[in-house]
Amino acid sequence: MPEIPAIEVENLTKVYTSNGKVTRAVDGISFALTPGTVTGLLGGNGAGKTTTIAMILGLIEPTSGHARVMGAEMPRERYRVLERMNFESPYVDMPNRLTVRQNLTVFGRLYAVADLRERIAAIAAELELSDLLDRPTGKLSAGQKTRVSLAKALINRPDVLLLDEPTASLDPDTADWVRSHLERYRGEQNATVLLASHNMAEVERLCERVIIMKRGRIEDDDSPGALLARYGRDNLEDVFLDVARGRGEAAREAAQ
Amino acid sequence: MSMASTSALAISPRRVGAMVLRYLYLLRSSWSRVLDLIYWPAVQLFVWGFLQYYIAQNSGFFARAAGMFIGAVLLWDILFRGQLGFSVSFLEEMWSRNLANLMFSPLRPIEFVAALMVMSIVRLAVGMVPVTILAIVFFGFNLYGFGFALVAFFANLILTSWSVGIVVSGVVMRNGMGAETLAWTVMFILMPLTCVYYPVSVLPEWLQYVAWALPPTYVFEGMRALVLEQTFRADLMLAAFALNLGYFAIAVAVFLALLRSARRIGSLLQSGE
Repeated sequence: MPEIPAIEVENLTKVYTSNGKVTRAVDGISFALTPGTVTGLLGGNGAGKTTTIAMILGLIEPTSGHARVMGAEMPRERYRVLERMNFESPYVDMPNRLTVRQNLTVFGRLYAVADLRERIAAIAAELELSDLLDRPTGKLSAGQKTRVSLAKALINRPDVLLLDEPTASLDPDTADWVRSHLERYRGEQNATVLLASHNMAEVERLCERVIIMKRGRIEDDDSPGALLARYGRDNLEDVFLDVARGRGEAAREAAQ
Repeated sequence: MSMASTSALAISPRRVGAMVLRYLYLLRSSWSRVLDLIYWPAVQLFVWGFLQYYIAQNSGFFARAAGMFIGAVLLWDILFRGQLGFSVSFLEEMWSRNLANLMFSPLRPIEFVAALMVMSIVRLAVGMVPVTILAIVFFGFNLYGFGFALVAFFANLILTSWSVGIVVSGVVMRNGMGAETLAWTVMFILMPLTCVYYPVSVLPEWLQYVAWALPPTYVFEGMRALVLEQTFRADLMLAAFALNLGYFAIAVAVFLALLRSARRIGSLLQSGE
């Protein structure tokens, strides 16, 4: 029996209509992610990454097509799988007046985490938050807040983790620290991770597969090594620029 | 991990409790929020209490109807503060940009609504109990002296306040913070129509039909019957309750429709205007 993909997207389309103007934010994309893999979703601003992730999360209803997580159709069947998923995004905050411990307690209860007190202590130790547990979340630095958001995203030990620019606005040291933790988590839990990022070094380091989006469509989809070879480039940033500036085809032909 | 029901309609007391806990943490962390709950009801009480005191000295009718204004203002505050307690708890999620975290979590919309209803009562209790004690101390008006009638008044007013709060929250969720003003002002349209301070018979005949379509009208008429005639009008309370059940069901349906619409237009990820 074939393995059910952790995430499966099939002809997924999102069209917004505003004042008679039609915008195809996501335009008929398809991909399937094998359980236990880390995939990067690359693309410039407005490429459709966040909309795609939001449809997979069930926060946005597709205009047509399908988004399935562990076999559950999103958003219709989301309650089958939401306890086994989580996400983190710089566009979503935690309540600032609550302490870190209070925030993790609330989300731990929402996700039915067993032995919550011990789980909070453990994840705080892992993410070096133990000394910050009783401080208001709003009083923390950007890097500390990101670690709190990550703690929230990992509180239920998710099988599927969606991350929207998890290291945006972090200094290189903290960003590297976050990446190391994500690598460790994926290794320990065999979790599936879908990561939207503008940081090419991050994607190169963490992801075994890269999906490049442009104007709502998938422009390319392969392993980082295969993409570098195909475009004749040394790093993903140059591949990204080739695609973003419309010279992807020329670069591919030149590399052949 | 628990094997909780996967139905959208399955209500988990644990998840409702988690949300109530979230709002209690917030109240505990902010003395200004607690003070705000008491401040306006107390100001209202003193304005109307002293006005009634003055009028009663110059009018036989108002001397006989002692407490009518104070009773009306306290019941109005149950209606207004009940809705505000519901809506402000919801707005806290918008202000803190936390709505997407909740909407993506296993929390069901109906559990979210249930938690907001609980918080509406908690916030009302924090604000109103001290004010009812002030009414006894300063004006000799004991709201609790209404006895069982107070239970009927309260149940009907809080149900109406929840119905309005549910619809307002749905509109803000779908349309963003540009619609926040509704939460603070929408209840005032009910003030003249539900005849808080005067009998329904004062209204033009065509407007009386509108008034009788609103459950709080029955409560304020019932309160006047109790104060002026010492009669508890169970018929009015039952009629209000029947109307309230209908409005509550409509409000929940509207909220779920607005949530579906918010998913379609992508507004759950945004907390701005």
